[in-house]
Amino acid sequence: MNQLQNFTKGFFRENPILVLVLGTCPTLATTSSALNGMGMGIATTFVLIGSNVVIALLAGLIPEKVRIPAFIVVIASFVTIVDLVMQAFVPTLYEALGIFIPLIVVNCIILGRAEAYASRNGVWSSFVDGAGMGLGFTMALGILGAFREIAGSGSIFGYKFIKGDGILVFILAPGAFMALGYLIALINRLRRT
Amino acid sequence: MAKTESTLKNMILSLTFISLGASACLAFVYELTKGPIELSVLNKKIEAIKQVVPEFNNNPDGEMFRLPTGDGDSLDIYPAKLNGEVTGYAVNTYTKSGFSGYIGLMAGFKPDGSIINIMVLSQKETPGLGTKMADPGFKDQFNGKNPSDFKLKVKKDGGQVDAITAATISSRAFCDAIERAYNTLQKGGIK
Repeated sequence: MNQLQNFTKGFFRENPILVLVLGTCPTLATTSSALNGMGMGIATTFVLIGSNVVIALLAGLIPEKVRIPAFIVVIASFVTIVDLVMQAFVPTLYEALGIFIPLIVVNCIILGRAEAYASRNGVWSSFVDGAGMGLGFTMALGILGAFREIAGSGSIFGYKFIKGDGILVFILAPGAFMALGYLIALINRLRRT
Repeated sequence: MAKTESTLKNMILSLTFISLGASACLAFVYELTKGPIELSVLNKKIEAIKQVVPEFNNNPDGEMFRLPTGDGDSLDIYPAKLNGEVTGYAVNTYTKSGFSGYIGLMAGFKPDGSIINIMVLSQKETPGLGTKMADPGFKDQFNGKNPSDFKLKVKKDGGQVDAITAATISSRAFCDAIERAYNTLQKGGIK
């Protein structure tokens, strides 16, 4: 598999949300607006690239039996870095995402990629894999967030184009499930043809 | 790639090495972001104070003092002064009876006790319902009112506050926080 395919697989063929259905907890919780969804996606992408690269570097050093704790330490460090940096430079986004920033540690996409890919592949491939998967995740979150924001509050990226309220349910948790369900159904339909 | 064998010594060594590296990185990033984080928290506070009190030329944050609420807690009071004369007090008040618990508000009072303006600092209410407490349509009805003759209760409870539709609990909590701020100021002897 060449690096281009390796990069693009995260967007469609192996999209973590829409095809692998991993990491749905932050997906459902943070996509109440397009900006929040994409902010979450970008934070996750950074952690994913960082942890993939470091784990690929250290793979030879980590004994098999303690690989999971070792991966978690690496991932948690990157998450803490993201947490501190966001708190310092984008405080409004940091507040909107709240607890879901520290919870990136337990996002199964990241541990999944570390275990299934980075620990068995080279540094460069792991970097490309992390970037592709992360941006695919960001894209899925952006689409879902945009849809929920348009339907639920009649605005996009905070710009309001409908007066008054939208369909409130799309901002709340049930709307997240509905939107994600239909989005996955649509992707499945597209994949079959 | 040759894997390191899973002997006890190797496991301890590799985990120690990784943890050391991680903590060194984190210490570095912490030092780097410490300043900007403090600055952004402070800016947010100053911004909220500016919104709720009239013009001032002192440093409200530096002259901050605490007053007991009477139920074992205390609130931060930021006095706003123009040329040494008190023009208003910004009170960092809160309530725990919101629909999702804690709500933090910054409420500005004139020295005579009437409300100038209110800002919502933090809340976790239901999006689209309770979150409307931050909209001018709800919170501005308090502006210019003096709680001594304006009953801080929603109309359903016999007060004078128009509650947010479908968010009576959030509205009640909002009133509770304002009342706490007002009572604290009064008890503190600030008239």
